[in-house]
Amino acid sequence: MRPQRIVEDISALPTFAWGPRMTMWWGTLGFCALEGMGFALAIGAYLYLVQVNPQWPLADIAPNHWPGTLVLIILLVSIWPNYLAERHAREENRGAVQRDLVIMSVVGAVLVAIRFYEFTQLNVRWDQNAYGSATWLLLGLHATHIITDLGDTLVLTALMFTRHAHGKRFSDVEDNAFYWYFVVATWVPLYVLIYWVPRW
Amino acid sequence: MSEAALARNGRDLRDTALGDAELDARLSRTWGTTASLIGRLSTVDHKIVGRRYLLTALAFLLLGGALAAVMRMQLARPESQLVGPDLYNQLFTMHGTTMMFLFGVPVAEAFAVYLVPLMVGTRNIAFPRLNAFSYWMYLFGGIFLWSAFALNIGPDVGWFAYVPLAGPQYGIGKRPDVWAQMITFTEVSGMAVAIEIIVTAFKQRAPGMTLDRIPLFVWAMIVTSFCIVFAMPAVMLSSTSLILDRLVGTHFYNAAEGGDALLYQHLFWFFGHPEVYIIFLPATGMVSTIVVTFARRPAFGYLPLVLSLIAVGFLSFGLWVHHMFATGLPQLGASFFTANSMLIAIPNGVQIFCWIATLWSGRPLFRTPLFFVLGFFFIFVIGGLSGIMLASVPIDLQVHDTYFVVAHFHYVLIGGAVFPLLAATYYWFPKFSGRMMSERLGRWHFWLAFVGFNLAFFPMHILGLQGMPRRVYTYQPEMGWGSLNLLATVGAVILALSFALFVWNVVSGARHGDVAGDNPWDAGTLEWATTSPPPPQNFSRIPLVTSREPLWAERQALPVIGGLAVDDRQLVVTTVTEARADIRESSPEPSIWPLLAAIAVSVLFVGSIFTPWAVVWGSIPVAIALVGWFWPKGSKEDEE
Repeated sequence: MRPQRIVEDISALPTFAWGPRMTMWWGTLGFCALEGMGFALAIGAYLYLVQVNPQWPLADIAPNHWPGTLVLIILLVSIWPNYLAERHAREENRGAVQRDLVIMSVVGAVLVAIRFYEFTQLNVRWDQNAYGSATWLLLGLHATHIITDLGDTLVLTALMFTRHAHGKRFSDVEDNAFYWYFVVATWVPLYVLIYWVPRW
Repeated sequence: MSEAALARNGRDLRDTALGDAELDARLSRTWGTTASLIGRLSTVDHKIVGRRYLLTALAFLLLGGALAAVMRMQLARPESQLVGPDLYNQLFTMHGTTMMFLFGVPVAEAFAVYLVPLMVGTRNIAFPRLNAFSYWMYLFGGIFLWSAFALNIGPDVGWFAYVPLAGPQYGIGKRPDVWAQMITFTEVSGMAVAIEIIVTAFKQRAPGMTLDRIPLFVWAMIVTSFCIVFAMPAVMLSSTSLILDRLVGTHFYNAAEGGDALLYQHLFWFFGHPEVYIIFLPATGMVSTIVVTFARRPAFGYLPLVLSLIAVGFLSFGLWVHHMFATGLPQLGASFFTANSMLIAIPNGVQIFCWIATLWSGRPLFRTPLFFVLGFFFIFVIGGLSGIMLASVPIDLQVHDTYFVVAHFHYVLIGGAVFPLLAATYYWFPKFSGRMMSERLGRWHFWLAFVGFNLAFFPMHILGLQGMPRRVYTYQPEMGWGSLNLLATVGAVILALSFALFVWNVVSGARHGDVAGDNPWDAGTLEWATTSPPPPQNFSRIPLVTSREPLWAERQALPVIGGLAVDDRQLVVTTVTEARADIRESSPEPSIWPLLAAIAVSVLFVGSIFTPWAVVWGSIPVAIALVGWFWPKGSKEDEE
């Protein structure tokens, strides 16, 4: 090995930070890009089927939009406690983070419950025709995201009540909040597509 | 680190307090993999995982090659009875699927998993547990596919599994389900590695490695990884909706119920065309690296080379319809995709001219890796030219689904990816193993592979023009295709012999090869700054980069940085563009949970082709495994 000379000492650097300074933030962004592409392609497939069929929807009545509208409202409102969780995590305020995460867990659980009901209000089965298949696919894709984020939030909530709740774990809370914005943002186009395109 | 954390961790020993020998020993302990079985299965060392990826991909290459050999034997003469039509369908499907999904993409990722962290001067890949998980998923997916083949339920619908052939009406039994779920395995693995590579290259570069000092191979892997991120969701969507059509009665591709078979082709090729570049771009990165080292000068046109990579990445998403010219698309659409298919030749041409200029103005050393690179130029250019022919709709319609297409994509894929991979193997083998491969056997290998390849595949252009369709298990003597097919088979035998020689060279090189030393080629990039093979921590002190070829610029003494903890797996996180040191982040410790998670996910995936309830019940062990994976265990790395 060739000789070395030390030219810089980085002892004083922190061991964790926030936002884009962390690798985990970039990893989360990467998965958002990946899953966002999945959503975009599923939307493309839906619109392709709209275009190849002379009528749309391929059902007598459009889906009941109210459960989906309720989901939209709750998701938009949840941005506020989610933002608080993110901010309190950056302040490393353990008590406040615990409270925010409990709220976000309840929000997630309520959303999952409504989402199950939402499937029954689509007025079409997945195996009825291509319209039903595409509608169930879009709703199912988003449901998977709500469920996985709820799982993630529950684990983090539990973690925040243990001795591990310090340092880098707050950065994890911040990343979880970041991902939730993605879950909220993706619902807006899907909501329009599932509930309002069949009404036009 | 706070005082409370200091108290928890006991003595916070830094590398600046230790001499070289003690530092090496202590870091090896901190970063090492224990020799027990659980230790080996839990490892998160990117070099060990990368080596497993490499060996597994090599095994699949040999298996896929063996299938090709059987097909060539069958086609060597008209009306051969060696294999029947059913087995033949499985053979070409398994061959294509294995080569594309179990060899082509994973082998590039294998090199990246091993080399990118070393080339950017860090101690481990980003998200090393995800990396371990990705390997197990890949391995289990490959075993799943090949077990199915052994049980005579190997897929038989071609490597792109078009509907309606692969749909519920015609694709009876479980064969297409096996194909579709194998896709899920390998894509999960591929996408995970893509994210790891992007984050490693963006955030873990050694201080001083600004964007314009990133090694060209790393640039190639960054662009490849972005292609994976935006292309692979398409094949996940197409194969998942295919399996939903087959298993739970959806109608995505059923024209009678408002579905559309062409939707499948669009989704598949939206992935499938970038896929070609996902396989080819890493190879161009390897070629750039090897050309620079053996030309003994920095790359001619670093900037155009990087911009070409990015341009190819973008353009690769605008070509997919040229696989569908025979489906009766609107003429305007076809013209657009023709133009795009010709356009992509420009950045590829720029790269080739940059390499030629580098060699022209350098003092080239003709060693085995460079021979394979020269072979690549020759073969890939022919493949590129026949690609431009195929981009033209009238020609494409004439030769669609003939051996002309088979010849074209083997010239592109073997010439464009396998030859560079062989070059890369000869080039980096000393780093992987600490020993050299034989130069003499390497020359024999090259010439046999070059002659064998051209003999095997050039005649296929002519066979295609004569009208021989692909995917036929035999043909009549009156067609007059016998002698060219026999010639192709002779070439295939020579090519197979060359691979036998290659395997022998790898095995004997690993055992008895000359000891390589740190930098046997006197190369300029950072992977050669450490020992061969590298220690568990890669670098005991992280280099400070001052040039594109740091080892050429700093011949007297390598500038390094100090101040990292010794008893904790710390690495340097830097800023994205300027690569200023920013955080001393802890890298995760070894864990058995990624393996357990991969087993749980595999059970879910395989179970789901038998009952949809597997997805529901199978998600419980998956959730348990993921919680076990993420829950802190109280180690220093967890408690920062």
